[in-house]
Parts: sequence; structure tokens; C-alpha cells
Amino acid sequence: MTLLAFAPVAVPALAAVVHALFGWRRATGWVGTASAALVLASAVALAASVVDRPFTVGPLLRVDAVSAFMLVLIGAIALLTAVATPAHLATEMSAGRASARTAGRMGVLVQLFLAAMALAVLAADLGVLWVAVEATTIVTAFLVGLRRSTAAVEAAWKYVVICSAGIALALLGLVVLNFAAQETGTGAGLDWAALVAAGPQLDPGVTRIAVVLLVVGFGAKAGLAPLHAWLPDAHSQAPAPVSALMSGVLLSVAFYALLRIRAVADLALGPGFMRALLVAAALASLAIAASLLIAQRDHKRMLAYSSIEHMGLLALGAAAGGTAATAAVLLHALGHGLVKAVLFLGAGRLLQLAGTSRIDGVRGLAARQPVLAGCLGLGVLALVGLPPFSIFASELGIARAGFTGGIGWATAVALVLVVVIAAALLGHLSRMLLGPPPDLLPATALPRSTAVALVGGLLAAAALGIGAGPVAVLIDAAAAVLDGAR
Amino acid sequence: MDVVLLDLAVGALLLTAVLMLWRRELSVIIGLYTVQGAALAAVVALLAVQERSVELAVAAAGVLVLRAGVLPAVLRRALAAAGSERRVTRPLVNVTASLLAAAVLTTLALAVSQPIVDLAPSPATRAAPVGVAVVLIGFFVLVTRRRALSQIIGFLLMDNGITAVAFLTTAGIGLVVEAGVALDVLLVVVVLQVLTGRMRTLFGRTDLDELRELRD
Repeated sequence: MTLLAFAPVAVPALAAVVHALFGWRRATGWVGTASAALVLASAVALAASVVDRPFTVGPLLRVDAVSAFMLVLIGAIALLTAVATPAHLATEMSAGRASARTAGRMGVLVQLFLAAMALAVLAADLGVLWVAVEATTIVTAFLVGLRRSTAAVEAAWKYVVICSAGIALALLGLVVLNFAAQETGTGAGLDWAALVAAGPQLDPGVTRIAVVLLVVGFGAKAGLAPLHAWLPDAHSQAPAPVSALMSGVLLSVAFYALLRIRAVADLALGPGFMRALLVAAALASLAIAASLLIAQRDHKRMLAYSSIEHMGLLALGAAAGGTAATAAVLLHALGHGLVKAVLFLGAGRLLQLAGTSRIDGVRGLAARQPVLAGCLGLGVLALVGLPPFSIFASELGIARAGFTGGIGWATAVALVLVVVIAAALLGHLSRMLLGPPPDLLPATALPRSTAVALVGGLLAAAALGIGAGPVAVLIDAAAAVLDGAR
Repeated sequence: MDVVLLDLAVGALLLTAVLMLWRRELSVIIGLYTVQGAALAAVVALLAVQERSVELAVAAAGVLVLRAGVLPAVLRRALAAAGSERRVTRPLVNVTASLLAAAVLTTLALAVSQPIVDLAPSPATRAAPVGVAVVLIGFFVLVTRRRALSQIIGFLLMDNGITAVAFLTTAGIGLVVEAGVALDVLLVVVVLQVLTGRMRTLFGRTDLDELRELRD
């Protein structure tokens, strides 16, 4: 069991070493895929054993249903992106936009990124979680700036400055929370379980300061307004597989921290305080996404703003509270991650074909690239919440919880914004997919591995929507852990 | 006597932060940052003496090496690499307004962190709001300076403030986390320095006004 808990961190770390030693070759191209598959396998094995029985590994790691669920999310989306990565890099290299050296460097950094995210969700302690989340900033900064163009350097600079400043505020928050925990005299430090146990004794005045700082800090990393400005730049400049991971997984990992913090905050301050913060962040994020999506001209930025929208919906669900709402939030994070990975991988392929990320630079995709166009079309339909995809079920769950959970007016405003966003996305997409094809778009076939990743992601999202099966058991157990406080 | 020394060291933290808003030459600002690092180490050392704690003494030595030695050296190297570039910050907000802002931020920090003092009044926690003030001033530097290097210093100022609060309220946040935090800060500075180098190659200078390609 102990070994199994270390695997999600150790396997990607080893894969990073392999890439560092051997660079990017035909043989090492699939190391990343193997590593992601092993992370997913160990996540599933852990999930099967911890649904009702969390266990601790040393003083720093703990596996419960929530961390197992987050590991499944990380593993599944990492596998999708890893399957599509070799074909993506092969095209980049044959077009002269990447060398074997940059490909090797990307291999190392992506694996370190995975290891840091796995460590973040396995951490028993808020301090270790903080260190892991900040490590993801450092690793991904180089991935965002991999291309060394002016735009990529600009995106990387904004990303590091905003996320590091945000996460520095979170560090101040955890320092203050540590003080509050110490003064309870229970010996609780920053360990999640100890914090929940000591929750009712935490000094409300001091805890309030800590919670505000933690929400702003981890909210910045999760792409929630007002510190969301880095997200569209970073997501549009990073290589497609990295954008897929950042949007599909990293945002959810940061949001996971907010869910754990909410459990402690509700015990110390009552549910009202965290709810007010989350509702404000949710509505601000949705409003920003809606206003900037309507006139969006870049399809990768369009997907990035859609990520801000979905983080806003997660915040709304978390504000509603209750086990059903938290379960819907977790399902939403998984569904969004799968679909957004498909869309970013597809958009990356589109960028390689069309040579531009401008929406008006792409016309008549359906006629020239039916598989890619079909996957992008279905992906956007899934994203705006059409059945059978799981986002339909989770958005319904979040809306229902919002109306019954005492934030009806906010939920109503959010739903209006979601409809506006859906209209904007469908409008932009139909202009890209439909119409007569221009001559310049080549009719080259989609690489088989990319097609597998795109279709696989959509099938997984649809399967989750039709019947979540064993995942539902895990999600319910995780929601019960996160809402045990209420 | 200990309390007087502690108050002096904490006062030096705030004073150096405010002076950084006043002076515009980057070399002077780096010098002030070094003094602040030493003051921070002195705060931790005084706490170590008071608590008779070996762990705190080790932490004080670590703070001294990192924040008065390694980080200023990294900054000085970055400044030397800047070459012919004019070595002054170009604040968006003028000096008078910056100093007024520092006064407002310090007052705000004192008001907001009152619950921290109330929870466990002691000479150390009474000084903790000053750490919060340094964090806010650092944030202010970060958002109002247009030179890449001065933004890095804003970030480091925030970090010094946070470290001060951590040691003044509790005896730190555990060795593993502290080591992780120190490593993170160092790496962030290195990352930003690498990006500054690329910026210089691409734009010829490091005015952040050049960063305006990506917007909606």
C-alpha cells in the first residue's frame, strides 16, 4: 500500500530522469504515455482500497477518497495528453518549430509537472500542498515560455509574477492559519485531518484573515477572478499538450485546495463566510468569461476563457455546499478536464494545420478534416452542457444545489451567463467548422494516436454522463469526506 | 532589553521597505534588500535566544545566508547583466504618492491584523502586523514598477514580510515546509531572471511596457 501511494509521484519523477538522460527519441517518446498509464493504474488501485478507509504514509502523505479521486483525474487526463504528444511533437519538429532538444526538455518538464500535481493531492499537510503547487508554477513557467517568441516570454512572465504573488498571499494565509491552530492548544499544525478536528476551536478573527488570503491565493492559481489575467495568455502560448494539462488538471488541483480549506473554514466560521467569497469569485469569473468570449478572435484564448467559466461554476457549486453539490463539483471537474483536454489537443492540431490560432483564419474545417472537426464540434457541445456528456449532469447538479442551497439569485445570474457563453462558443465554432473550405487548408489525415486521444476523451466524458458507475462510488465517498464538516 | 532589540529589528524591516519606495537606483534598492535580509535574520536570532531554541538559531542562519547573501548576489548579477540599460526603476506612481501609499498600507496592516495580536498578546505577536505591512508594500512595488528587476524585488519583499509573520507568530512552519518555501523562492527568482534575459534578447531592454502583445 505504501509503495502504491508513492507511485504517482515516483513514476513521473523517474520518467523525467529517463527523458533527461536520453532526450527525445522514437523509443522514449512513449515513456510519458507509460508513466501516465501507471499513474492512472495506481490511482485506480488506491481508489479501490481507500473508499472508506484513508491511510497515512509517514508524516507527509495521506490517501483518502478525495486524493484518490484527484489522482484518477490527473492520471486520466495525463494519459489522454500523453497519447497525443508524440504525434504533436513529430509535426512540430518536421515543421522546424521544435528541435529534439526542446522536445526532450518538454518531456522532462511535463513529467515533473505530473509528479508535483500528484504530490499536491497526496499531501497530508497544507504546507506540503503549498510547496507542490508552487513547484508546478516553476515547472510550467518554462513550458509556457518553451517557444521563446515575444508572446511566449510575455505569457510566461505574467504567469510567474501573478501566480507567485497569488501563491505568496496563500503562504501568508497558511502562516496565519498555523498560528490559529497552534493557539488552540490541540497540537494541530497544518495537517488537514488535525485542522478539521481542531476546526471548532480555531479563533474566528484570525481564521478569517487566513481564509481570505488562502482563497485569493489558490483562487489565482485556479484561474478565478480577480487574479485570472495570466490564464488566457499562458494557455494560448503553451504547447497544446501542456495547455490541455494546465486547463484540465492544474486548475482543478488548485481548486481542490479550496475545497479542503472550505471544510476547515466552515467549522471555524460557519458556512456563510466561505460561501460569500466563493459566490463573489464565481460570478466575477463567469462575467469576465462571458464578456471576453463574445468578441473573441483567437480559438485557443476562447478555450482558456471557457476554463475560467468552468472554474466559476465549480466555485458556485462549492458555495452551495452539501454532499450532493460537492459530488457535482467533483464530477464537473473530471468532465471538464476530459473535454477540455480533447479541445486543446484538437486546437493544437488545428493550429499546426492552419498555421494560425485566429478564429477567422479557419473556415470549412468539416469538409477538409471531418474527424478533427467532429471531435471539436462534439467537444464544444459537451462543454456547453449538452447530454449525454457528464457536464450536463454536473451542471444540473450544481444548479439544483444552488437553488436549494440558499444562493438562488446567484445561481440564476450564473445560468444567464452560462447561456451567453454557450451562444458565443457555438457561434465561433460554427464559423470555423462550416462553410466552403478554403484552398489553403491541407487535407492531411489526423494521426491515428491523436484521433485515439480525441475520441477516447469524448467517449469517457459521455460514459461518465450516462452512468458514472464505479466513479460515482468514489465521488460520493470523496464528497462525504469534504462535507463531513457540515 | 530583548523587547527593545526585537522592536528595533522589526522597525528596520519596515524602514528598509519604505526606503525602497523612496530611492530609485536599483543598486541602492538591492543594498536595502540586503539590510532587510539581515534585519530579518536578527529577528529570528532574537527569538532563538528568547526561546533558547537551537532549531530557531539554525533557521536564523538559513535566513541570513539566503536573504542577505544568495538572493542579493543573484540580483546583483542580474543588474550587472543589464549592461548599458539605465539602472533606475521607473515607477508608475511618483515617490510622494508611493510614500503616502506605504503609510496607508501600514495603517491598513495594523488594523487588519489586530485579531492576531489579540489572540496571543506578546512582544513578538505585537510586532507581527509590521510583517503584514511589508507584504502589502511588496505587493504595491510589484504592481507599480515597470522594470523587470524591480518586480522581482517586490516579490522578494512580500516573501520577507511573510517570513517575518511566520516567525513572529509561531516558531516557523516546520522545517520541511520552510526548506521547500526557501527553495521555491530561490527558483522563482532564477526563473524570472532567465525570463528577463530572454526579454533583453528579444526586446533589447526589460521595460515591462514592451509586454503588450497579448491582450483582448
